[in-house]
Amino acid sequence: MAQASTVSIDQLKEIARSVRKHILEMTAAANSGHPGGSLSAVEIVTALYFAIMRHDPKNPAMPERDRFILSKGHATPVIYSVLAEAGYFSVDELLTFRKLGSKLQGHVIMGKPPGVEMSAGALGMGLSFSLGQALAGRLDKRDYNVYCLISDGDSQEGQTWEAAMSSAHHKVGNLVAIMDRNHIQNDGYSDFQRTPRDVREPSHLSGGFVLSDGHTANIMNLEPVDDKWKAFGWKVIRVNDGNDFSQVIPALEEARDYNEGPAIVICETIKGKGISYMENNPDFHGKAPNPEELKQGLRELGFDA
Amino acid sequence: MPVQTYGEKATREVFGPTLARLCEAGLDVVCVDADLGVSTSAVKFGAKFPERFFPVGVAEQNMIGVAAGLAAAGKVAFVSSFAVFAPGHCFDQLRMAVAQPRTNVKLFASHAGIVTGEDGASAEGLEDLALMLSMPPFAVLFPADSVECEQAIECAARTDGPFYIRALRPKTPIIFDDKYRFELGKWPRLRDGKDVTIIACGELVKSALDAAEILAAESIEARVFNASSLRPMDTDAVLESAEETGAIVTAEDHFVFGGLGTIVSQALSEQRPAPMEFVGMRDRYGTSGTWKELLEHFNLTPEAIAQAARNVIARKSR
Repeated sequence: MAQASTVSIDQLKEIARSVRKHILEMTAAANSGHPGGSLSAVEIVTALYFAIMRHDPKNPAMPERDRFILSKGHATPVIYSVLAEAGYFSVDELLTFRKLGSKLQGHVIMGKPPGVEMSAGALGMGLSFSLGQALAGRLDKRDYNVYCLISDGDSQEGQTWEAAMSSAHHKVGNLVAIMDRNHIQNDGYSDFQRTPRDVREPSHLSGGFVLSDGHTANIMNLEPVDDKWKAFGWKVIRVNDGNDFSQVIPALEEARDYNEGPAIVICETIKGKGISYMENNPDFHGKAPNPEELKQGLRELGFDA
Repeated sequence: MPVQTYGEKATREVFGPTLARLCEAGLDVVCVDADLGVSTSAVKFGAKFPERFFPVGVAEQNMIGVAAGLAAAGKVAFVSSFAVFAPGHCFDQLRMAVAQPRTNVKLFASHAGIVTGEDGASAEGLEDLALMLSMPPFAVLFPADSVECEQAIECAARTDGPFYIRALRPKTPIIFDDKYRFELGKWPRLRDGKDVTIIACGELVKSALDAAEILAAESIEARVFNASSLRPMDTDAVLESAEETGAIVTAEDHFVFGGLGTIVSQALSEQRPAPMEFVGMRDRYGTSGTWKELLEHFNLTPEAIAQAARNVIARKSR
C-alpha cells in the first residue's frame, strides 16, 4: 500500500517536476485542455497521493482507501499525471489525453481511469459527493478520509455552500476540502489580487468589468473567504504558498487529524505555476501550449527540449 | 360495469414505509432528504433508521450530490422531493453525479402532475418526465396506484442503477389487488379490445379503464395498457397493438411534449406508423383547484380519452 510519508521533500519536488512536464506535454499533444489550473494544484495533488493519502494503485476500489474528489473537474492534466506517476496506469497513456478511444477524457469521468472517484466538469458538485462519501464511511465504521479539491469558480456555485452548510451540520470529521486559490478563472481575474497592477476599479462600476485585453476583472470576489468558511462551521487552515510542499503537507496533516468536523485548507497558489508565460495568465486557463511554448516550458522545468 | 377499486391511497404514502421494510429485509438503504420528507413520507423511514436518514435542508442540488457519494460507497441511495424541485432544481446534478456515472441513486418525486391541486401552477410538475427521459441511464416509472408504487420502489431498490419514480399528492383510487405484479419494462394489458389501444400512466390508467367502459357502451372495444414503466418501455406491446388495433391513444398527466405520448409515437414512427391521439397537458400551465376539478378543467377525463379514441378510430380509414 502506497502510504508514502517517508518520501522526502526533495523527492516530492522531483515528482512535481515530472507532473508539470506531463501537464505541458499532454495538453500540447491534445492541442487543448486546462494547463493553468492544473499547474497551480501540482503540489496539493502530489502531496495528497505521495505523502498524505492511504491508497493502493493496484487496488483502486479498496474500501478503506482515502478518497480524492476533483471538484474542479477541468484540471484533468494534474490528476491524470499524478495517478500515472503513482502507478495507476502507464505514463505513456497520458499522451492519449482527449483523444477518441482514450480513458482520459477532457473532464474527469468516474472510474476512468481507475482512481478517478467522481465525474465532474460542471463546477460546484464535488463537495456534495464528498460529503456523501464521508457519511457512508462513518455509517460503515470505516476510517477513511475524503479530500475534495475546489477552485475559485467552484466557490461561486451555490451548491458548494449548500454542501459546506450540511457538512458542518453533520459534523463529518473525515472530510477535508482544499481550495486551490489561484484567483483566476475562465473569463479572467476573480478579484483584484492578480489583476495587472495598472488596473483599478472604475469608481462608477461596482462588480466586474471587462479589461482592454478582453479579460474580466473582479468576476466575483470571494473575500473574506476564510471568514465565510468559518461562519459555515468549518475549521480553516490557511496556506500562504500552496506551491510549497513544506507548507502544504503540514496543513494537510493538520486537516486530516482534525476530527471534530470538516476542515478546509485554503491554499494561495499561482495559476500556471512554474511556467513563466502561463503564470497568472488567464489565457492558459483553457488553452494548450503551442510547440514553441512547449519547448520553452520544458526548458524552464529543466528538461532537454 | 364500473371499474373495480379497492379504496384510495396516495402513491407518496408508501415511500417511507417501503424503504423501512426493505431496510429491515437487509438492503443497505439510505435516504437523503431536502425538507419534504413529511410530504413524501420519507420521515417514516427516518424515524425507524435515524442513522441512515440524512437531512440536508432545502438544498436539492446538494441532496443529489450527497446521495451519489453514498451510492458510490455502496449504498442504495434514495432521495425524495417534489417533481418541480427534483428534477426541476437539480437537473445538472442528476446528469453529472447520477446518470453519467450510473450511480445507484433512486429519486422518488411526489406532487407530479396537475393533480397536485390547490398549490397551483408553480407546484404542478408537468415537465419532469421529459427531463428524466432525456437521460438514458434512468429507469423512469410512474405507478398507477399505491399497490404498484410499493412494488416499483422495491424494484428500484433491488435493481442496480439510476431510477426515477413519479408519485402523486392526492389519494387516488387503488385499482390493483395484492395479486398484481409490477414488472420492469412490461406493460400489463388491463383490458383487451380490437378497435383501439389506450396507453395510459399514473392516475389516468383508471380513467383509461373508465373510458373503455364508455366506449364499450358504443360497441367500441378498447385495449388498455398500464405504461407504468416508461423506461424501459414495452415496445412490443406498442407495435403489436398498432398491428392489431390500428389506432393508439396515450393519456398522461404531463405536458404532451417529451412524456408517454412522445416515446410511444417515436416507437411507432420508427417501426410501425399508426394514427395517434395524445391526451395530456398542452400549451398552458396549471392553476389552483381540487385535483378532480383540475382534471375536468384541463380535459384529462375518461370522456376526453374516449373522445380521443373515437377521433383516432375515424382517422384509421383515411
